[in-house]
Amino acid sequence: MTGERKTILDIRDLQISLPAGGDRPHALWDFNLTVGEGEIVCLVGESGSGKSLAASAAMRLLPEPHVHVSKGSISLDGTDLLSLSERQMRDVRGDRIAMIFQEPMTALNPQKTVGWQIDEVLRLHTRLNKAERKARAIEILTDVHIPDPASAYNAYPHQISGGQRQRVMIAMALVLKPRLIIADEPTTALDVTTQKQILKLIKELQQLHGTGILFITHDFGVVAEIADRIAVLSLGELVEQGPADQILNNPQHPYTRKLIAAVPALTPPPEKAMSKEPVVLEAKALRKTFAARGGFLSGKRNPVIAVKDLTFELRRGETLGVVGESGSGKTTVSRIVTRLLEADSGEVSIDGRDIISASKAELRALRKDIQMVFQDPMASLNPRRRVVELIAQGPIIQGVPRETAYARARELLSLVELPAAAANRYPHEFSGGQRQRIGIARALAMEPRVIVADEPVSALDVSVQAQVLRLLADLRDRLHLSLLFVTHDLRVAAQLCDKVIVMSKGEIVEAGPTARVFADPQHPYTRSLLDSIPGRGWEPPVLSVA
Amino acid sequence: MSIHIPPLLTYALRRILQAIPIMLLIMVGSFLLIKMAPGDTVDALVGDMGGADPAFVARLRAEYGLDESVFVQLWRYLMKLAQLDFGWSYVYEQPVLTVLMARLGNTMLLMVASLTVAFVFGITLGAFAARRAYSLTDNVISTLGLVFYAMPSFFLSLLMILVFSVKLGWLPVGGIRTIGAFKTGWADVIDVARHLVMPTAALSLIYLAFYMRLMRTSVLEVMDLDFVRTARAKGAGDFRLMVHHVMRNALLPVVTLLGLQFSTVLGGSVVIETIFSLPGLGQLAYTSVIKRDLNMLMGIVALSSVIVVIVNVLTDLVYAWLDPRIELK
Repeated sequence: MTGERKTILDIRDLQISLPAGGDRPHALWDFNLTVGEGEIVCLVGESGSGKSLAASAAMRLLPEPHVHVSKGSISLDGTDLLSLSERQMRDVRGDRIAMIFQEPMTALNPQKTVGWQIDEVLRLHTRLNKAERKARAIEILTDVHIPDPASAYNAYPHQISGGQRQRVMIAMALVLKPRLIIADEPTTALDVTTQKQILKLIKELQQLHGTGILFITHDFGVVAEIADRIAVLSLGELVEQGPADQILNNPQHPYTRKLIAAVPALTPPPEKAMSKEPVVLEAKALRKTFAARGGFLSGKRNPVIAVKDLTFELRRGETLGVVGESGSGKTTVSRIVTRLLEADSGEVSIDGRDIISASKAELRALRKDIQMVFQDPMASLNPRRRVVELIAQGPIIQGVPRETAYARARELLSLVELPAAAANRYPHEFSGGQRQRIGIARALAMEPRVIVADEPVSALDVSVQAQVLRLLADLRDRLHLSLLFVTHDLRVAAQLCDKVIVMSKGEIVEAGPTARVFADPQHPYTRSLLDSIPGRGWEPPVLSVA
Repeated sequence: MSIHIPPLLTYALRRILQAIPIMLLIMVGSFLLIKMAPGDTVDALVGDMGGADPAFVARLRAEYGLDESVFVQLWRYLMKLAQLDFGWSYVYEQPVLTVLMARLGNTMLLMVASLTVAFVFGITLGAFAARRAYSLTDNVISTLGLVFYAMPSFFLSLLMILVFSVKLGWLPVGGIRTIGAFKTGWADVIDVARHLVMPTAALSLIYLAFYMRLMRTSVLEVMDLDFVRTARAKGAGDFRLMVHHVMRNALLPVVTLLGLQFSTVLGGSVVIETIFSLPGLGQLAYTSVIKRDLNMLMGIVALSSVIVVIVNVLTDLVYAWLDPRIELK
């Protein structure tokens, strides 16, 4: 399948055993994969599919002995990696196979400078002297387009931006021109515009050096952007493998079809007629500045303007998307309108009642009308409470009798499509998608008029994401809810939101019906944002899913 | 690793200046507390003499300035302190500062030795145990640590005196030098070191156990972090991984506690110095309380707070050096 390309990585019949008592005996089962010279192979799968363990196995970095290779072979340029001693394997790592990880902040040692960390690779694998190593490190930093490589060399990871940190990781991986690079979700933690640059960089350098890349991701947009070949992994089994074009546009296996069908299309719903419904949530001239930290005798720091002069309105039954990159102030907006954060100035009203200047008692009553759904359903549910208590707690605080609140909580579970038995279990017993349903039920229990959802599907796998989005849309229509939907994912925004506001540096740069903003963006920032959506050239095929 | 001296120095100076109001509060508080306790210097003196007639007692009080109101005494004391005059000790018949300085060296020797032993052995054993987590070695180290941690230092001291001094005769029972030996040069150093072995052990073991437990947990935590995986992926070996990536990151919580606990260790030295008759600040504090030597006690409090403040500033500097994300402002 690799054509005339020389094979670099050849994984055959690989089987990785998991410790007894896991959800399955093998993390990977009969896994076959090759990566050729100058080829980008995307290994796609949802969480728990075993894709990251496949990468660890190739690096021989599995958490042995609990998780270990029980069968099969992995060879690099004909050398059987599994038969090498640990000493020999150390020479391979970083030199012939390099890795790029997901989270560039935590993947770099916070106590060492960028230069030191690149230098370490050279020190471990070459006999270059200090001056030569430094010259080489600065050269590679230049290659990954870091502005001012000489000062980046002396910087600590926290002193440079997320995108630059990922460039440093790439520089570190490329400095010895390895034969194979394993990239494990290298752009997942980055903003779209940064993601676009990094993907371009990876592709550019790979073509320059003829490196083979095993690219692990869950994002089909990214796959469409970069892959030569695609392998789809489901629960440790390789279900489909083939050229990118074939898998993306004509997938055969039901699982692949399901995954691709779940990718939100970039075409927003058609523009609705101007809503005549009353305005439920209104924000006027909101402003929030984060003061410099430190007090007594501390040095000066510039205050950060998180939100400046923000105005919007949300009508009944409408979904307003707040989109923007990290640092744009979109989360601050969601915190201010729920008054989890105090605004410096401006007005927010729910049904005409002012929430910003409400007293404690008034605020408690108002909170009933505006509820939040958070990004991380695990972190936002108290792990020591049963689901029914979690859902009923809000109404009980508002004065609803315990019995009534519990009965209502059980009804809500069926509304969010969870079994009645879920009521007596604890949050950790559920999957991410189910937990988010619990989070939604908890918000609904208050019978709010407005739900503010802050990245509610960002932590979920794509197929689960699609279900949760459908549920949200369905509930909105049935219960005449209004949604303020904060997201960085433009595909998700396109699917759900009637209107969007695009934020950059605390300001609205563009606002309007989603269909209009997406089809004919006016502001350059919106244009660059839309232009950066990975795989925007690929329209997911309409598939019937069995 | 470059340290830019000027900002660090200004930081240190600022921190010390910030400490002045706190120290003033400590001084006033201690002064009032001591005054609230029943009995004063004169009572203690008269008690030693076996009693005296009230006229003599009153004359003594007037002479020592103890007949004035507490606040006048406090004001007078603080005024003198502002000129770095610590007053006169009526028990030692010497200026307080002279007595303090004569004792300070011994206490610092004990403190530095104890903390060094506790820190160095604590982090090494802790890291060692973490590398072999849940193995027999780890269990043995952890259990021993727990035993040391649970054992009161005065009990350990007496046990050591019994075994090493009384039964085996290897080490001196107490003091800082062999009395009347007048050794010089290396012989003197060795003599002092021999006297310090047991007090150091008694004072440090509990902290050693503590740092060990802390370091073990911290190393285990750091070993799971992403950048350690990155270092492995770069081809770093186990030793390099521990020394360059794990240990320094794992040290952060230990260093924080080391700074915070310095004052506790200083407090612990009171017991240890008293047991081993070590002529240091701790022992001095104990006798000064018994003799109601107000000026001396206040001097000890002042000196100890200065030491604790300085150590905390040093800890912050070390912390900032260890973790470049911390900006000293």
